[in-house]
Amino acid sequence: MTEILKAFTFLLGFQLLGTATVMGMSLPIPGPVAGLLFLIGWLGMNAPRPKFLKETAQGLIAHLSLLFVPAAVGIIQHLDRLALEGKILLTAVLVSTILALIVGALTFVVMVRLTGALPEGEELRS
Amino acid sequence: MNPINEVQDIWAYLRTTPLLWLMLTMMAYLLGFWCFEKVKRSPIVSPVAIAASFLGVILLITDTPYAVYFEGAQFVHFLLGPATVSLAIPLVANFPRVRRAAIPMLAALIASSATAIFAAIFIAQAMGASDEAIRSLIPKSVTTPIAMGISEQIGGLPSLTAGLVVLTGILGAIIITPLMNYLGFRDWRARGFAVGVTSHGIGTARAFQVHEVAGVFAAVAMALNGLVTAFVVALFSQLL
Repeated sequence: MTEILKAFTFLLGFQLLGTATVMGMSLPIPGPVAGLLFLIGWLGMNAPRPKFLKETAQGLIAHLSLLFVPAAVGIIQHLDRLALEGKILLTAVLVSTILALIVGALTFVVMVRLTGALPEGEELRS
Repeated sequence: MNPINEVQDIWAYLRTTPLLWLMLTMMAYLLGFWCFEKVKRSPIVSPVAIAASFLGVILLITDTPYAVYFEGAQFVHFLLGPATVSLAIPLVANFPRVRRAAIPMLAALIASSATAIFAAIFIAQAMGASDEAIRSLIPKSVTTPIAMGISEQIGGLPSLTAGLVVLTGILGAIIITPLMNYLGFRDWRARGFAVGVTSHGIGTARAFQVHEVAGVFAAVAMALNGLVTAFVVALFSQLL
């Protein structure tokens, strides 16, 4: 339990640092993303790497999708517009997402061949 | 006092408290996760989509405004902050992998992000969408807080954008695995990166459920797409 408390305090500290920086420099990015960059910097340098972080981070990431539920419910605020333009919006989102997924994966794989960074070990689906 | 009135009083009290909506949010997610496990983690079943539909129906039936619901749900929503920060841990652990694929990532980021934006504009325009709707569609592949800011800057409706971001995330998370299997992409890095660029956090959450390497590349893609799109739009709106 103390581990979780320490981990949360640490993560919230970085979020706070990120939020303060973003506000102070009026950057167009969210505070937590800046906090993420700071923590990457911290862990990337040979700064002391706290042992208590790993388990809490794994727990948060394993159930990341729970955290999107409140925002997802927000769709009900747009039922009027969805009734009006729903078919268009759904088609535009669906088709563009499929195309972007294909283009993204294809570009990645082609560039991997060109640069010789071929998948190694567990990078390849068995 | 008759018991029916008493039940009504309790309900009238509970429906305005954060407690009820927080509890229902957790329960709805567990229900969604249970369904997901029941179908042996088939990607067609999205815990987020199930939970959100279940809660949406309850809100509509009980005539509860989203703002009242969010009073309770905000405690779960708030955890997105520390969860985003915690992505640093798998990212740093996989840093050599990420660095090795820097050029493929950069190329895929530009190609995929541009496709997501221009294909959506083209389709919406061809089908006769309103100008507001098209502007709201543009940042749909970017993580919500950045997308809402962009939507406002380019004359869209931020709250509609938030809805479209979620829709994009859920659809991408459902489609990615069958689509990539069908097309024969076996590189976890490519699969994860593609879903991270197009479907931001929801896609990243899904990728981590499938494979850690896919999750790491999805997280990098989400962060890069958010940062790059935000700066490109900020630059353009200052030039105009």
